[in-house]
Amino acid sequence: MNTRATAAHALAAPGAAPGRTAGPPLWLLLELTYRCPLHCVFCYNPTDFANTGPELATADWIRVLREARALGAVQLGLSGGEPLARDDLEEIVGEAHALGFYINLITSGVGMTEARIKALKAAGLDHIQLSFQDSTREMNDFLSSTRTFELKAKVAQLIRAHDYPMVLNVVLHRLNIDHVGEILAMAEALGAQYVELANTQYYGWAWLNRQQLLPTRAQLQRAEAVTRTFRERLGAAMQIYFVVPDYFETRPKACMNGLGSVFLAIAPDGTALPCHAARMLPGLELPNVRDADIGAIWYDSPAFNRFRGDAWMKEPCRSCPERVKDFGGCRCQAYLLTGDADNADPVCDLSPHHGLVTEAVARAEGAAAASAAAASTQPHRTPGLTFRDHRVSIPVVIEEKRT
Amino acid sequence: MSDTPRDIPLSSRPAIAHGMRLQWEAAQDAHVLLYPEGMVKLNGTAGAIMSRCDGVRTVADIVADLERTYSQSGLTKDVVAFVALAVQRRWLEAFP
Repeated sequence: MNTRATAAHALAAPGAAPGRTAGPPLWLLLELTYRCPLHCVFCYNPTDFANTGPELATADWIRVLREARALGAVQLGLSGGEPLARDDLEEIVGEAHALGFYINLITSGVGMTEARIKALKAAGLDHIQLSFQDSTREMNDFLSSTRTFELKAKVAQLIRAHDYPMVLNVVLHRLNIDHVGEILAMAEALGAQYVELANTQYYGWAWLNRQQLLPTRAQLQRAEAVTRTFRERLGAAMQIYFVVPDYFETRPKACMNGLGSVFLAIAPDGTALPCHAARMLPGLELPNVRDADIGAIWYDSPAFNRFRGDAWMKEPCRSCPERVKDFGGCRCQAYLLTGDADNADPVCDLSPHHGLVTEAVARAEGAAAASAAAASTQPHRTPGLTFRDHRVSIPVVIEEKRT
Repeated sequence: MSDTPRDIPLSSRPAIAHGMRLQWEAAQDAHVLLYPEGMVKLNGTAGAIMSRCDGVRTVADIVADLERTYSQSGLTKDVVAFVALAVQRRWLEAFP
């Protein structure tokens, strides 16, 4: 959800009020592969992705595109893993373009060449979102456990040369949030029109690394102040989205505008997901596009109806006037922190479990203070980080079972 | 750079901004404006104006066309105000 939360928020959501049929899945995300040359510590992919089944074939993806478009899907994200790892990406883009999708490629840039960007342009790709891990080679390469910084800078030039809007994404956390000024200066120098500063949200690999990645409140306030000065100077010429880390909030994010409202993701193995991270939710029997068409999955499957409306909610959400605004927050966060996906997202200070969030922040403040000098200047000394890796498979562990 | 709407002369030729796409979506019964990872669903008036912004027709042409199509008069002020807002939001580019 790190990079995509704002996208879902930007959609005009018809919502799914109780007793009404759901609107169409306007936003379709195809996670084409879990393969990725990077090993980012904040990746939201499941920590047991190595155990998932084989990737869908080209013909399957094309069928998914046709069925979803027929229902009204129009914004298409192609991500992963690294979508450029699929050598049929151009074919998938070509079909999506012919169907009338607006096509966003969400990439690390690794695998992009002059030949591929030309072919993607010819196939009808509308936009490329390029991720950076930091403004410096040292930190970028450390955080992704690769040597990719210069390659990314080169891909940024390719994106510009091929007349794409320049959209940069940087996931923020304790180890790079103090570099926001340098990151925004880099974005300006690269000619970025949109910059997404997405504070890490704690799912997947980021959940494993939460204690090392949560920033301090002081860091966050400094980063917001720096962002404001850039906004004031550049106005609409470089639009900066600052996705607030919800652990510091007192109300939850309207995650996906409510599950089953506008967003549909398809995982590499064909599993249909009402949010990127939903695979972790216990008891949710997720349908697979190999077995059912998109219409049946979206409108009829128990998994996609499970969190529509508000009948599933518990108190304090159930009687809360704000439930129509935030839909109780994030189901995955409720599960990870409280062990029950029907609970209020504990980010909300009306939740009886809100202390779990404030305690995590307090522990992170303590850890940050203890290793402040070393951690901010020498990331290699940050102990205990787990890098995303296909050679390991780590089951989901909820808060109360963590040691 | 200022973010306040600027005056739009009647002779300017607005076009859908670079990187944006306008299209009719039957499923939403509306024109939508598509851009990187976002979408704006336009109301009928906005859709009627923006679908005429082709970079060739002037604002005056668009007003005349709308007044003819919808059998109304005095639309200049509303159209100019909308075009100014859309330019400010970078939905439209207005060429002199």
